[in-house]
Amino acid sequence: MSVWRHRLFWPVLVLAALLASNLFFAPRFFAVRLQDGHLYGSLVDIARNGAPLILVALGMTLVIATGGIDLSVGSVMAISGALACVLISDLGDQNSVGGVLAAIAAALLLSLLAGVWNGLLVAVAGIQPIIATLILMVAGRGIAQLITSGQIINVRSGPYRVIGGGYALALPVSVLIAAAAVALAVVLTRRTALGLLIESVGDSPTASRLAGIQARTLMLMVYVFAAVCAGVAGLIYSSNVASADSNAAGNLIELDAILAVVIGGTALAGGRFSLAGSVLGAVIIQTLNVTCVSIGIPVETTLLFKAIVVIILCLMQSATFRAVVTGRFRRPPPASPSPAAAPAPRTEIPA
Amino acid sequence: MIDVKAPPLPPKGGVPAARRRAYRPDRRHVPVLATLALLILMYVLGVANYDGFSDIQVLLNIGVDNAFLLVVAVGMTFVILTGGIDLSVGAVVALTTTVAATLLHAGWPSALVLPLVLLVGTTLGLGMGSVIHYFKVEPFIATLAGMFLARGISLLINRNSIPITDGFWTFMAQRRIRFGPGIFISTSVVVALAVVLTAALVLAYTRFGRTVYAIGGNADSALLMGLPVTRTRVGVYTISGFCSSLGGVLLSYYMLSGYSLHAQGMELDAIAAVVIGGTLLAGGSGYVLGTVLGVMVLGLIQTILTFQGTLSTWWTKIVIGILLFAFIVLQRLVTRKAR
Amino acid sequence: MAEPSPVLVMTGIRKTFPGVVALDGVDFRLFPGEVHALMGENGAGKSTLIKVLTGVYGVDEGEVLLEGRPVRFAGPLQAQQAGVSTVYQEVNLCPNLSVAENIFIGREPRRAGLIRWAQMRRAASALLRRLGLEVDASAPLSTYSLAIQQMVAIARAVDVSAKVLVLDEPTSSLDASEAAQLFTVVRRLQADGVAVLFVTHFLDQVYEIADRMTVLRNGRLIGEYRTAELSQRDLVTTMIGRELADLAGIEPGRPDAQAPRGEPVMRAQALGRDGAIAPFDLSIHPGEVIGLAGLLGSGRTELARLLFGADRADRGALQVDGRRVHLRSPRSAMARGVAFSSENRRTEGVIGDLTVRENIVLALQAARGWARPVPRRTQDELVGRYLTALRIQPADPEMPVRNLSGGNQQKVLLARWLITSPRLLIVDEPTRGIDVGAKAEIQRLVAELSGGGMAVIYISAELEEVLRLSHKIEVLRDRKLVAELDNDATVNADRIMQTIAGGAAS
Repeated sequence: MSVWRHRLFWPVLVLAALLASNLFFAPRFFAVRLQDGHLYGSLVDIARNGAPLILVALGMTLVIATGGIDLSVGSVMAISGALACVLISDLGDQNSVGGVLAAIAAALLLSLLAGVWNGLLVAVAGIQPIIATLILMVAGRGIAQLITSGQIINVRSGPYRVIGGGYALALPVSVLIAAAAVALAVVLTRRTALGLLIESVGDSPTASRLAGIQARTLMLMVYVFAAVCAGVAGLIYSSNVASADSNAAGNLIELDAILAVVIGGTALAGGRFSLAGSVLGAVIIQTLNVTCVSIGIPVETTLLFKAIVVIILCLMQSATFRAVVTGRFRRPPPASPSPAAAPAPRTEIPA
Repeated sequence: MIDVKAPPLPPKGGVPAARRRAYRPDRRHVPVLATLALLILMYVLGVANYDGFSDIQVLLNIGVDNAFLLVVAVGMTFVILTGGIDLSVGAVVALTTTVAATLLHAGWPSALVLPLVLLVGTTLGLGMGSVIHYFKVEPFIATLAGMFLARGISLLINRNSIPITDGFWTFMAQRRIRFGPGIFISTSVVVALAVVLTAALVLAYTRFGRTVYAIGGNADSALLMGLPVTRTRVGVYTISGFCSSLGGVLLSYYMLSGYSLHAQGMELDAIAAVVIGGTLLAGGSGYVLGTVLGVMVLGLIQTILTFQGTLSTWWTKIVIGILLFAFIVLQRLVTRKAR
Repeated sequence: MAEPSPVLVMTGIRKTFPGVVALDGVDFRLFPGEVHALMGENGAGKSTLIKVLTGVYGVDEGEVLLEGRPVRFAGPLQAQQAGVSTVYQEVNLCPNLSVAENIFIGREPRRAGLIRWAQMRRAASALLRRLGLEVDASAPLSTYSLAIQQMVAIARAVDVSAKVLVLDEPTSSLDASEAAQLFTVVRRLQADGVAVLFVTHFLDQVYEIADRMTVLRNGRLIGEYRTAELSQRDLVTTMIGRELADLAGIEPGRPDAQAPRGEPVMRAQALGRDGAIAPFDLSIHPGEVIGLAGLLGSGRTELARLLFGADRADRGALQVDGRRVHLRSPRSAMARGVAFSSENRRTEGVIGDLTVRENIVLALQAARGWARPVPRRTQDELVGRYLTALRIQPADPEMPVRNLSGGNQQKVLLARWLITSPRLLIVDEPTRGIDVGAKAEIQRLVAELSGGGMAVIYISAELEEVLRLSHKIEVLRDRKLVAELDNDATVNADRIMQTIAGGAAS
């Protein structure tokens, strides 16, 4: 429990500070009003616009927990949005609910295949995750453009618009979808043994293998989950802008998602993960964007903020840096048997 | 040339100590040879299918259009040879063009602007290298931060494209080195070739270069053998930073503008060129010559698509993806055999 | 023989780590032109002594004299410059570089800052020839066998500095003929006057190459001997020592029942894996405890890993309950009721970040698959039961297991396997590095489990422990199973030691 508290303490504090600074510049920031049975306000906007990032970060969390990484999520977003929009634009009646559902199903199926591809490369072919997913990251945008014939496909479909722009129960549908995905992920990982096994593999693949855990299936599952999450995010994004833009959709979102996961306290090396932390991380990044707008500085400046956040997080996660701060190593540094390293108990065993 | 080592001699005499395996072509050359074969195949296909493809200028134009990428990819080669990665290159290129255009626009002399912008990238590289080495931060994350930083600063400087009208810049942009009627290269190609040759020389003939390979082969061993691991590891990121800003300068010649959104995704092209050029992503094996071939493959893909006319540009990405896949699998096979 | 003055003298070396005295007043001397073996079992302090010598560790007390001058190295590099080079078991070279480069990197002949490859290649070839190696200096190191790589490492070491050469288990990954090649090189160096400090756990090799040896035990110097004057059997006795006193009070005694017979749980026929363990036969019956005795590196762990599917056998047959099986993974062994707790608790045993509870249920959960989680109530009940039964301290199921002591981590590992109700439990050095009380508890537990019908394979470097628990003792030496002894009245530590040492066996 104390670990949990420790992990989320700083992210929560950062979020609170960001929100508070908004209050300073825009006094009505926290105002949420109900109009026509829909909630409106800056906070609602953050949640709504942040939904794709939350989804992608969710999938990324599990991938990172196994000790992997998925660079292809942005491309998968583009592919999913592209296929859905193309299929819908080909419909005789773009407002046909059945047609739209079929298009969505097709888009998600394609995302799933993308995840299987990544998973096979990593789990079966044994290729380093960063390299394996680089392939689809590069090729994926080409595939998305292939689907849309290189054009921006505009759709005018009422049912499709609902995903990204609609409301239900007074809340944006995209927020509900993201919430459902989070709930699903929590149930999947914490109500089954998936979370435990993933953390075990991410922490120590060797020990996990000797405990009888077969990492292959787990790896495959997390990459598929990440890709499907990205697919849903792609649908929300394209529905929101009512078009498929293969270049803009999910551009650089893999980096934001990784950042969100790291902010949320999941170590890049794998092991213990926190879905709540990742959601929090995604919300922080989204709030950062909104804050820039409300303070009146260019949105692009968020990149600088992100750079600073990444640098600070890097240093916090760096064993060497922590050693300076806390005076001890949590894990021995991977490289360099430096004489300065504290003697781990096992160093003197081999005689 | 880049590779200075003669192929291994067949074992002499029946001395038992030399229990060597049977002779086969040096494993380290296999990926580069594969790239060369691919390049020749693509070129032959191009010549066979399209009119005017055999024109010498078609090949030279690949150099003209990709000189900046080549310079950036050479820097990336150093980093990848040590087993690292540099995601910041595209952003540093953009930052360089923005800073250069802004300063020139403000009336600074080009003789001052040029070294200054080169210094910007070099310093950023030095900073990232230091964070990676001293704090043992993963290169992926540290250079990601560098990427955000560089892109952020350039966006902060100016969100719009800034035209460059400086005399030196336009001279460099328009100057053509002609070998005959309609056969020419740009100054950027000369710069890029100079960078390639220098890099090849450094990697093959200097202690620094050999240490780069040693770190990629086994960093712990390199340390135990007394090699200057720290200096070298920080050095490769500094070199990559320098190459990125030099690539940025070449891009600003090519575009005659500075723009914070220039070179989007160039890190991927650079990594792809290096990998397709046969350099092992795990480090320790590869040649600058391979990177040159890798960049030419990327350029040739685009040229073929241009000649084809009906094939659209997105095939470039798909083909690069397929090639990446093929070369990564090839690398797996080569390294697996090595075990 | 008139002794020349020693090139290296270490006196009164004391080195402590938090909670452990690794070296306690150790003296050591090394003469030019001799091969000196440093001997000792696990944890005897060999590694620490070498690390002190090469400057990896500083010393708390004591002095190191190199050619009569006191030295204190800041690290291996400085040691190397002063004339003390080390070659390790894992080849510390770069496999991707050429042989010549590996010898000369960092010291390449240069002109105007550029490396002169041809000259370097010639120098490397000359050096290798001098050591009697016909190796193509321009070929990548990775094209050569480990033995050649090891010798290239030696070539580099002696070329850098040729006073003291430390060989830290250089032959562990070599086969007999490769080791012989290596010794040829060592003898040549010896003839050149190089002082060689040789660490190994292969006894035969010590007698083949060493002139003199120093034996350490538990961080203390036991003695310095001429190889010719100490028999292999006495050496083993000296290395292992006898420290029965501290366990006498809680000793459960030799198993009284005769080894149970009937259908074996598991039966291996000519099972083996190249480079790990020579083909062996073994059968184990329900309720039987088989002890594996042998020195470190004798193939005990390798044998166990084959039975658990952690490594795949590449020859021979394995039967479980009379049926032929192919173990492709630990999972497939688990499905047949086999459990294995590794000797490397930290890297192959517990999952540090996970809690005690999670670590305990891990194997059971892995066997059930992710979709069928062990209900939390069952988990709590099981974990609670084993926390009490094994007296795991602190008895907090939600504490990260990394915070537990070694002995308690070991108990957590045992609990992990016991809740899977295995029929064959393989434990590899379960009592290493843990305190006496926990040790006795684990031993008692093993006796109880076998009493309840479980088959147990017990691996330990401590003969007394093996004797006390086992019905049958399998003795291993140099990666071969060399003898099987029924643990009856005729068997005692002496006889086992004799077998381990390769004297008249069984």
